[in-house]
Amino acid sequence: MRKLLFESLFQRPFTEAAPSLDDAAVAEIATALGERARRKLGRSLSIREVDAGSCNGCELEIHALSNPYYDIDRFGLRFVASPRHADVLLVTGPVTKNMADALKATYDATPSPKWVVALGDCAKDGGCFAGSYAVVGGVAQVIPVDLHIPGCPPPPLQILKGLLALLDQAASAPAPR
Amino acid sequence: MASLDELKLQGRRVTEHGPWPRLVVDAAHWSRATLELVAGRWSLLSLWGEADTVHMAMLEPQLGEAVVISLPCPSGSFPSVGMLHPPALRLERTIHDLFGLVPEGSPDPRPWLDRDQWGVRFPLGPRLPPSAPRGYQMLPVEGEGLHQIAVGPVHAGIIEPGHFRFTANGETVVRLEERLGYVHKGIDGLLIGADLERGAQLAGRVSGDSTVAYAIAFARAAEAALGITVPPRALWLRALCAELERLANHLGDIGGVCNDVAFALMLSHCSVLRENVLRAAERAFGHRLMRDVVVPGGVARDLDDTGKGSIRQMAKTVRQRFPELIELYDETASLQDRTVTTGRLSAELAQQYAAGGYVGRASGRDFDARRDLAYPPYDQLRFKVPVLSEGDVNARVWIRIREVKQSIGLIEQMLSELPDGEWRVPLPATLAPAEGVALVEGFRGDVLAWLRLKDGVIARCHLRDPSWFQWPLLEAAIEGNIVADFPVCNKSFNCSYSGVDL
Repeated sequence: MRKLLFESLFQRPFTEAAPSLDDAAVAEIATALGERARRKLGRSLSIREVDAGSCNGCELEIHALSNPYYDIDRFGLRFVASPRHADVLLVTGPVTKNMADALKATYDATPSPKWVVALGDCAKDGGCFAGSYAVVGGVAQVIPVDLHIPGCPPPPLQILKGLLALLDQAASAPAPR
Repeated sequence: MASLDELKLQGRRVTEHGPWPRLVVDAAHWSRATLELVAGRWSLLSLWGEADTVHMAMLEPQLGEAVVISLPCPSGSFPSVGMLHPPALRLERTIHDLFGLVPEGSPDPRPWLDRDQWGVRFPLGPRLPPSAPRGYQMLPVEGEGLHQIAVGPVHAGIIEPGHFRFTANGETVVRLEERLGYVHKGIDGLLIGADLERGAQLAGRVSGDSTVAYAIAFARAAEAALGITVPPRALWLRALCAELERLANHLGDIGGVCNDVAFALMLSHCSVLRENVLRAAERAFGHRLMRDVVVPGGVARDLDDTGKGSIRQMAKTVRQRFPELIELYDETASLQDRTVTTGRLSAELAQQYAAGGYVGRASGRDFDARRDLAYPPYDQLRFKVPVLSEGDVNARVWIRIREVKQSIGLIEQMLSELPDGEWRVPLPATLAPAEGVALVEGFRGDVLAWLRLKDGVIARCHLRDPSWFQWPLLEAAIEGNIVADFPVCNKSFNCSYSGVDL
């Protein structure tokens, strides 16, 4: 382990090591997002993720936001364990009927001001699961949604872009819930 | 009746079913087949329903032979398999919830997916109006000094929803009971009447982490039904996607298990490698998870030299960096302290449940559909199937570590020996009934797909996730462990919620 840690001291961080256009955009968006979050909510924006029926594809890409390439934590954006600690609910899935109550309860447990981001194509209107007897069909059917991030699943960069758009919207919104 | 060959002589063979035989049997044969499962001579692959029939797929592991038997249920019931063979229980409860067919003699008549929220009972069967909410009784637990801990459906981490009811004595778990079904989307219902294109789309969204495995299983079942042959290049490209998927998931899991015992360094390094795999997949196939790349008839896009180069570069990076991570895992005593002997699953249970993937192989069940059913191109590739007998968290990590190496080897072989030529063939328009089945090795274990085509659309399609036979074993593996070790045990199984809730 010492060898690996020692190497890490001299190795350039992964975020800077990959010089492709994608990585430059990640840094730019994440910096902007961090500043806005700070202006609006002090030091950080706390995000509570709720899977309301997804296929788990969206969860994989949300997880990727925490890897060293995207490293969402360094900007004060962090995923929290309880809705009580959250500013943002990040909701995935077409909202199954079996999860609708739990989603509503999670929303009610989140203190105001709060924002809801619906993530992925099926969170918008049920996507390819729309019309099923077991699906409500979109997060907005159950709780108010401030922003939708499309994709199946949206790649991590797209999720960062979406959170930026949310902060723009939140800055101009008259009265947050 | 001791072999499937003997069984095949009985019942009426359905001619339009392939590649395995499907036999329509009577209740006596159905029950005798159940006894073979109990005796452990055959493994239960799946059990599923239709409006008036139940089907059961079974495998004779030594011979790699499989069969589907079907029992018509004109009176709306069938002899319970779960009564004697517990791995069938949740599948039977699902059949009842969706179709209303009653497993006669079942010791567990509680609903599984249906929680009185759908506005309809038996949605794929008689579609009755909803009854008054029935409530749900968790299994009774008796004893002194016991308390219960209820967790979920919304969990603390970024994971899928499910409810876990722990009964503990102090820190020690006496019993875990799972209650799943929260992400039931009604995929079986959506598949009825869908064309093959939409079917493939839905199949690829049963469990997002296994989108390639499901797409391959669905495509192979459809191709078996239609009797078409897919060009070799397409088969190889599919397998390439499948190994990339396995690699990405295993790397994520190895890091995740370590993170669940507070060793975040491994997660960071493993997630860097995982991200490398996903980026290579995007450059090569246009999607990080390779969703909708595999389609009936072949693959949706070809692989060019740039894509090949990206994958080759990624494989080189993983080959270089992975050994030091294994060393880190293996030489950190505080990490071993948490994973060795934790969450032990016995070989008997792994065998009884025919547990696939790393769960089975870490507990001595030597089965891998790639090798034992040898579907192409794996019959032409060189790889080893690691098997361990300890059955603990550590063994499940080591199976993954060894499979990472095997997958890298397979990827390199496929890149250098990739056949040229066509990569997609058109599908024939068939109106006649046609049925196909396929078993494909995903990262988590074997995925089964079965479908019947009629009038050019899907009349019924059943997709069985490996987690069906792994979730119940997690309940057994956690027994006697401390509550705080549940996350790491759970992660070492990494069962799919969406895959079983459908």
